[in-house]
Amino acid sequence: MIELVQQPIDTSRVLAHVASNEAGAVVLFLGTTRQFTHQRETLSLDYECYPEMATEKLQQLEAEARCRWPIVDLAIVHRLGHLELGEASVAIAVSSPHRQDAFEAGTWLIDTLKEVVPIWKQENWADGTSQWVHPGVEPPETPLNQPGNDTP
Amino acid sequence: MILDVKMFAAARQYTSQAVVQVELEEPARVSDLKVALLQQFPQLEPLAGHLTIAVDNDYVDDDRLLEENSEVAVIPPVSGG
Repeated sequence: MIELVQQPIDTSRVLAHVASNEAGAVVLFLGTTRQFTHQRETLSLDYECYPEMATEKLQQLEAEARCRWPIVDLAIVHRLGHLELGEASVAIAVSSPHRQDAFEAGTWLIDTLKEVVPIWKQENWADGTSQWVHPGVEPPETPLNQPGNDTP
Repeated sequence: MILDVKMFAAARQYTSQAVVQVELEEPARVSDLKVALLQQFPQLEPLAGHLTIAVDNDYVDDDRLLEENSEVAVIPPVSGG
């Protein structure tokens, strides 16, 4: 199950999707909105994606994980739009006959998602500025995106 | 040829456009598109060297030839999860 959603992630539905009598283990990973990053305070986050490509990449991740581990079922749900502190931006659930495979597959899925799936996060900092997060890119000295200045 | 190029995140923010049009002489490779984008939109400079191009929903290398009817997008470093 691959989903990009605008509403809060329903973790019980995610878990229900991977439940099976064939599974001896279910691993659920949630990525959640953190308040402090290197002493800088976050008020909220906004996520956007390239929908067609993100869906295709997530489907490729699912297919590759199923090749590499004996997975009974898996679910990846990524939330988009505005998130408050503590809310889950991503849920990954994996069920497998034995726990090691579910843990390994879950770790690989979130690590690879963060590297290849075209989804982006904007930090809305407590000082009133906002900033797209692009790992490896030095942000400009003056943030260009003051609140309300961005064109979706 | 004139290519429609989708922009995301900071690339969209810096250009203030979700889709930009770029004119390229044929044959045009991905590396030509990157040069043209930075010439046409100097405000993309902070992302120079970090821009990956996707064609038809897949990442492509700099030497890939571009076709006018391809779906082309600028993918700045991703930060999902």
